[in-house]
Amino acid sequence: MKIHEFQAKAILSRYGVPVPKGEPVSSGDEAQAVAERLGSGVAVVKAQIHAGGRGKGGGVKVVKSPAEARAVASKMLGMTLVTHQTGPDGRVVKRLLVEEGLDIGRELYLGLVVDRSSKKPVLMASPDGGVEIEKVAEETPDRIFKAFIDPALGLQAFQARRLAFALGLSGDQVGRAVRLMMAVYQAFIGTDASLVEINPLVVTARGDVLALDAKMTFDDNALYRHADLKELRDLSEEDPLEIEASKFSLNYIKLDGTIGCMVNGAGLAMATMDIIKLAGGEPANFLDVGGGANAEQIKNAFRILTSDPNVRAVLINIFGGILRCDVLAQGVIAAVTDLGVRVPIVIRMEGTNVELGKRMLEESGLNFTTADGMGDAATKVVAASRR
Amino acid sequence: MAVLIDKSTRLLVQGITGREGTFHARQAQAYGTTIVGGVTPGKGGTTHEGWPVFDDVAQAVRDTGANASVIFVPPAGGADAIMEAADADLPLAVCITEGIPTIDMMRALSFLAGRSTRLIGPNCPGLISAGRAKAGIIPGHICSEGRVGIVSKSGTLTYEAIHQLTHLGLGQTTCIGIGGDPLIGTSFIDALTLFANDPETEAVVLIGEIGGSAEEDAAAFIKASFKKPVVGFIAGQTAPAGRRMGHAGAIVAGGKGTAAEKMSALSAAGVDVVKSPAEIGQAVASALQRA
Repeated sequence: MKIHEFQAKAILSRYGVPVPKGEPVSSGDEAQAVAERLGSGVAVVKAQIHAGGRGKGGGVKVVKSPAEARAVASKMLGMTLVTHQTGPDGRVVKRLLVEEGLDIGRELYLGLVVDRSSKKPVLMASPDGGVEIEKVAEETPDRIFKAFIDPALGLQAFQARRLAFALGLSGDQVGRAVRLMMAVYQAFIGTDASLVEINPLVVTARGDVLALDAKMTFDDNALYRHADLKELRDLSEEDPLEIEASKFSLNYIKLDGTIGCMVNGAGLAMATMDIIKLAGGEPANFLDVGGGANAEQIKNAFRILTSDPNVRAVLINIFGGILRCDVLAQGVIAAVTDLGVRVPIVIRMEGTNVELGKRMLEESGLNFTTADGMGDAATKVVAASRR
Repeated sequence: MAVLIDKSTRLLVQGITGREGTFHARQAQAYGTTIVGGVTPGKGGTTHEGWPVFDDVAQAVRDTGANASVIFVPPAGGADAIMEAADADLPLAVCITEGIPTIDMMRALSFLAGRSTRLIGPNCPGLISAGRAKAGIIPGHICSEGRVGIVSKSGTLTYEAIHQLTHLGLGQTTCIGIGGDPLIGTSFIDALTLFANDPETEAVVLIGEIGGSAEEDAAAFIKASFKKPVVGFIAGQTAPAGRRMGHAGAIVAGGKGTAAEKMSALSAAGVDVVKSPAEIGQAVASALQRA
């Protein structure tokens, strides 16, 4: 789960990570009031959307007075921000963060993720902050320093110190950076985060070390033990069909093509998208109905994937194994009849009673085509989508 | 021979009294697997479907001589169940559970380091040695005894490969679902090492998916030292970047972990990489003919 910058900063601050003073706002009036309260003269107005690259897209502005904060905020709210992470449609800005302006000396990078190979958390630091870390990793990998953390022991002070020195910090800055890194690690573990990224981590002219930007994402599998974090989900940042699907434990991701897919299992669902593309079509979605694939799930899945107006044909690919194909066929027939689905449907299924299931579909009088194997199914559904 | 499980396997089911545990214990027994009992804390001393139930894995191992366990417990207790199996020195623990928090798995894997237990999964369909035994949820009736080993991150895609191999009369030795989570116990390389030493396995199907670099690591291993023919398929060639495709580990992040990178690494290592999942079986048949 993703959250906004202002939410991430509030969490990090609770764990002792220094962040600039600031407050979220959703109107020009509020922006002016916050800028006045900050009393810093210079303030920064930052669009709150779930995507990076906001600065280049015009979503981060420095203002010199509360009146200017009001004017800039009024203009920014409601604008559609397009960045390299939002896709061409962009995101509408509904909330801003107004923060004190700081006299920035250096911009550094700090990130914490779980490393899949070593199976440990890895804290990454780079003196090249303020740019995308992927770019640094690509062009100057020796400018990224890493500390692999023993999950049983946690981050040790010497590891944090080593990173601080590698960043070129000195004097009091070292201790401040070490305390900040320790707090970041505690926040990571305490919230079951999958990513904490501070880019840039800044050293001010006065020598303070703080998180000028912050990004946190959380492990969806651990949200059950963080009721407070679940509250931070912003549904307006998600696709409405994906929200609807999540209510029924359906794993649905909307794509741009014309062929709706309903599959059991994530790997098979991805492979089904791939084979549609190979057959010359474009998948309209990823949809994993899970292992059960009962009548209710199938009906909800149909409703969601056919409410995408781009869908011209549907491919159902269920490898049941233990699942009975006659039961599956019954569920599909009921769903299509109840919902009045009009687009052609190609079904490939395997499992017990597969011949009986196919006969039921063919004799139903509905717009079904059955297929043998994934290759055949893909060819048939692409042809059907063009009719 | 097959690998990891066979007729000598004495399987314990952690979470045997739950719906999934009960169902799949019955299926495994029907397939010919020796199920020696189960563990459900609080229900020790009772019997379930004729199997003895224990409160504790170590106790169950002492009383039944179990040498493997399959774990069907809810996600919140998944990592704990894995550590309990390792603490009892079981040589093999197979965790089917999907949705275990990453931090829990990180701790469990750290607990496993230096112990003798091999973990398969989590978030996997388990494994099956065709005609011999199974631990997990792979349907037995689609398998046939044969010549090909399978190692895969995906459940139903494994079934797809099994199905194709059975239809072509090639059959399988052992099929290992290693799981789609970011942190797992047994890697592609571990499975390939087992297959390298199994004389019955003449070829291997490797099914990967987007995310991480396990496929690239496997490619380097194959290039350096794996002699048997390998057919590869990578799911997610059309997956959008930055989106998690069902499995917790299936995500292209920061431009890394793409299907294209994995396919080219495997091809460069001499793996016969198929673009279409429908061509896996046929590619194995061709590879075996050439071998």
